[in-house]
Amino acid sequence: MQDGWARFAFAYLNPEVAAEWGPKILDGAFVTIQLGLATIAAGLALGMALAMLRASAPRWVQMAIVVFVDIFRAWPPLVVIIVLYYAFPYVDLPMGAFTATWLALSFVLASFAEEIWWAGLQAVPKGQWEAARSTGLSHFQALVWVAIPQAVRMTIPPLLNRTIAIVKGTALGSVVALPEILGQATSAMSLAGNPTPLTLAALGYLAIFLPVVILGRWIERRFAWKR
Amino acid sequence: MDVQSRPVLELAGLHKSFGGVDVLKGVDLAVAPGELVFLIGPSGSGKSTLLRCCNRLEEPDDGAVIVDGENILSPGCDLNRVRQKIGMVFQAFNLYPHMTALGNVALALRKVQGMAKDAAEAKARAALARVGLADKAGSYPAQLSGGQQQRVAIARALALEPKIVLFDEPTSALDPELVGSVLAVMRELKIGGMTMVVVSHELAFARDAADRVVFMDGGRIVEQGTPASVFGAPREARTRDFVARLAERG
Ligand SMILES: Nc1ncnc2c1ncn2[C@@H]1O[C@H](COP(=O)(O)OP(=O)(O)OP(=O)(O)O)[C@@H](O)[C@H]1O
Ligand SMILES: [Mg+2]
Repeated sequence: MQDGWARFAFAYLNPEVAAEWGPKILDGAFVTIQLGLATIAAGLALGMALAMLRASAPRWVQMAIVVFVDIFRAWPPLVVIIVLYYAFPYVDLPMGAFTATWLALSFVLASFAEEIWWAGLQAVPKGQWEAARSTGLSHFQALVWVAIPQAVRMTIPPLLNRTIAIVKGTALGSVVALPEILGQATSAMSLAGNPTPLTLAALGYLAIFLPVVILGRWIERRFAWKR
Repeated sequence: MDVQSRPVLELAGLHKSFGGVDVLKGVDLAVAPGELVFLIGPSGSGKSTLLRCCNRLEEPDDGAVIVDGENILSPGCDLNRVRQKIGMVFQAFNLYPHMTALGNVALALRKVQGMAKDAAEAKARAALARVGLADKAGSYPAQLSGGQQQRVAIARALALEPKIVLFDEPTSALDPELVGSVLAVMRELKIGGMTMVVVSHELAFARDAADRVVFMDGGRIVEQGTPASVFGAPREARTRDFVARLAERG
């Protein structure tokens, strides 16, 4: 028993290994944070743009949006990352690991966000549109000032959950050698011959995403409102 | 034509069908300035559709809708501009739940009329004061009673200084004890010279506030006249039946 614990501690809680490779994991954490923020910004912006376009555009554009979001909701994010990273250089569009992972996760997040917001828009009562239009607001103004604020508030919980789930996919970047937390940890692990970097990675992810989860809980409560 | 007598709203040969079912079968109606027209009729007779055609929330199939001298069905008509002349009050209030009473009233002033925030809010406060809700400017719809919500909705319409206000069963969703406050506001409007078309079952209100009662059935105007004549001495059998049933109900 005592022996087992000592071996476990040497492997996973090794202070020397932690001190040596900690800085590398920290570098990875900055990549993870940058990638996560860039994905949230691009994914949500594109998702909102798609939802607004779908609510205003002619039928064929709506159909094109549905096809786009259905495909990106069907593909595993890892597949999208690998396709962008390995296949696009062949069409003279080489991209780095960061760009490939960022684009892939942004498209996936945009697709889910579009669907969630679209469902929210459908749930805005028709009378809201009629009230807005009857006072002279254009379709676009009614969308922006009346329908979207309600749709966004209604869909905060599913959107938060989906966003967190997809942003955690930054770890998938390790597959295309992106030096984010997990990628740094696995390479450190093989160089050190000791899995303590994995422990650091787990702690690093907690340090980044636990506040996000808690913030999500706060936003959920803050913006819940009774009809 | 003499401006004084020119109708604020004129419907001519208005037709509307939904999926092959004729709901309006040629309606002619002219509403004079300051007039309160009270519209009654059985469920499904086309009253709501008639009101909604007046600002093209429903697209009429045929006929003319002339508001303040302008045919709003003509191709060149700027719909968002004319809609500001036609206030509409809905049975379900349709207040924006994410905005305060003030925000509800000020939205179109700011976004449609392009007023600055301060000016729009001052005007919105004045409209809220007109419906007796000066002290509720900062309240959200969920914090207001049904009667208060409907009065905010009326203020939202009034703030745009419309030529006419259309009411579609404005008190039908209200608890009985709240109906009076909304009707009182509507009476004030009438006294102030507002032109109004009101779909409602409030006969007592019609008797003392309406200039004319119009009875619709099956997509047509069957009978019209003063409240005393339509309620007291209806000529048509259908009107008689309907008025009798309405009176029974309260
Ligand atoms: N958008 C629509 N699509 C299809 N049918 C409709 C639509 N709107 C109204 N109708 C039909 O048109 C007819 C007239 O409806 P309308 O709402 O104008 O009647 P109403 O006189 O206002 O009735 P109520 O007193 O019940 O409000 C009804 O048969 C209704 O089912
Ligand atoms: Mg109706």
